[in-house]
Amino acid sequence: MPSLFTHSASEMDLYEYNAEDSMVKSPVDSQNKKLLLCNLLDISPVLNEAASAIVDDSFTRCFKSNISEPWNWNIYLFPLWCLGVVFRHTILFPIRLLLLAIGWVIFLACFYPIHMLLKGHDNIRQKLERGLVEFICSVFVASWTGVVKYHGPRPSRRPKQVFVANHTSMIDFVILEQMTAFAVIMQKHPGWVGLLQTTVLESLGCIWFNRTESKDRLIVAEKLKRHVEDPESNPLLIFPEGTCVNNEYTVMFKKGAFELGCAVCPVAIKYNKIFVDAFWNSKKQSFTTHLIQLMTSWAVVCDVWYLEPQTIRPGETAIEFAERVRDMIAKRAGIKKVPWDGYLKYYRPSPKMTEKKQQKYSETIVQQLQDTRLT
Amino acid sequence: MGNSSSMLTQYDLEELQTHCQGIFSQREIVALYERFCALDRTGKGFILSDEFMAVPEFALNPLAERLLRTLEGVNFKEFITLLSAFSARASYEHKVEFIFRVYDSDRNGKVTMYDILEVLRDLSGSFLTDDQRKQVVIQALEEAGFSEDSALTYQDFLEVLNKAGLKMEVEVPVD
Repeated sequence: MPSLFTHSASEMDLYEYNAEDSMVKSPVDSQNKKLLLCNLLDISPVLNEAASAIVDDSFTRCFKSNISEPWNWNIYLFPLWCLGVVFRHTILFPIRLLLLAIGWVIFLACFYPIHMLLKGHDNIRQKLERGLVEFICSVFVASWTGVVKYHGPRPSRRPKQVFVANHTSMIDFVILEQMTAFAVIMQKHPGWVGLLQTTVLESLGCIWFNRTESKDRLIVAEKLKRHVEDPESNPLLIFPEGTCVNNEYTVMFKKGAFELGCAVCPVAIKYNKIFVDAFWNSKKQSFTTHLIQLMTSWAVVCDVWYLEPQTIRPGETAIEFAERVRDMIAKRAGIKKVPWDGYLKYYRPSPKMTEKKQQKYSETIVQQLQDTRLT
Repeated sequence: MGNSSSMLTQYDLEELQTHCQGIFSQREIVALYERFCALDRTGKGFILSDEFMAVPEFALNPLAERLLRTLEGVNFKEFITLLSAFSARASYEHKVEFIFRVYDSDRNGKVTMYDILEVLRDLSGSFLTDDQRKQVVIQALEEAGFSEDSALTYQDFLEVLNKAGLKMEVEVPVD
């Protein structure tokens, strides 16, 4: 008790002293003796960041499928909507499926013979195969009544260039491919998609990667370089986000496409959600379910902008270049940028990010300790 | 697909409001319910540690592991109670109680130098040595009139912490 008494006397002295000095010092010094303990125990900013992340965070928002407002809540709108559902599922869907099947039959009947028979005449074979791939992609787009508006100059076949685009679903590839036979870099998928990848897409010169292998990045970088330098290869299309995002946001672009020493042609894709949301949430739906959802909707409406090719500026790092191109694409498509790596969908953030915060905190504590020693 | 507000009836909303002592408005509770359902990926009715850690912004917080000990397996009622300390309408005492519970991991109502050292270790990682940490804590305690053997109570926390300096307000995004 005595110590408390003397303690508060000296506290009073300090209070009067600090009142004059309050403009020079920080505002919180009426309790100067307890200041260090107060600063030490006050973990509210750190807790606040944690709670803020729990309540809402920009990363989860990138992968949220926004449920559109239902419009069929009325006595006459509801029956109309029901009629629409019946029509879409019982008339439109079978017609589209038939169309798709016929297209596939034609495609396979032409592709494999050409692939086998014209083995020696690579030039003609490749031209025909490209034409066939563009054909089957158009059939695909027609099967979900794709209304695609292309803006800007069509991609031309030139060496030393790559195309980059934002990624919403695997149909991005189909939509771009119907216009130009790109070679693409993709994750190998299981099932019938994988079968397609190994047969048809191989002939286009596609490159495979494996997210789960850490050395994979170097192997892929090598393959990319070789592809771009080959004048005979098809123009390369890369989705630098590395994962499907919901078309309202973009996640950070991986720098692989931007350190190949060639021109980067940005392509922006924006879907109109009016009839269907084209975002493929691979954790919630298989690709087949996703396709069926598209094929039972009225239409898939989207815009594609081919933007001006960019080269790396002197003094610019690959990451800065990637961000600059992402900026262009985000602006054109009218979508927001977030500073997160898309792979955080599959992995926890690296401990380095936590360590940065710890380092900053430690520096503040040391500074405060020194400050109280000076007073 | 049943993640819309139609899952919560007016009766539910009123019950939840009473439960959190009127700190959240009904719109905020609805928004928090949507968020709860988004975090609870498999619709179990409670959130696992892994599901919290799937939020990168949370995972890189130095106190994330410590907070998970109170957060793990929370149902929606507990979720709201925990977050109510971060509302603008929560009292200073309520916020300090939350902070006190973060330090008092063994729930015995007392925070010792060792409890403080543990939290400080989480916050500073490898950037301060154990000796430096001990030095800071002992000096802080002694300057404030305590000793290294003191056990701080909730009342002590109320006195030491500064109401004006506390930064514990998270806005719930309502549409």
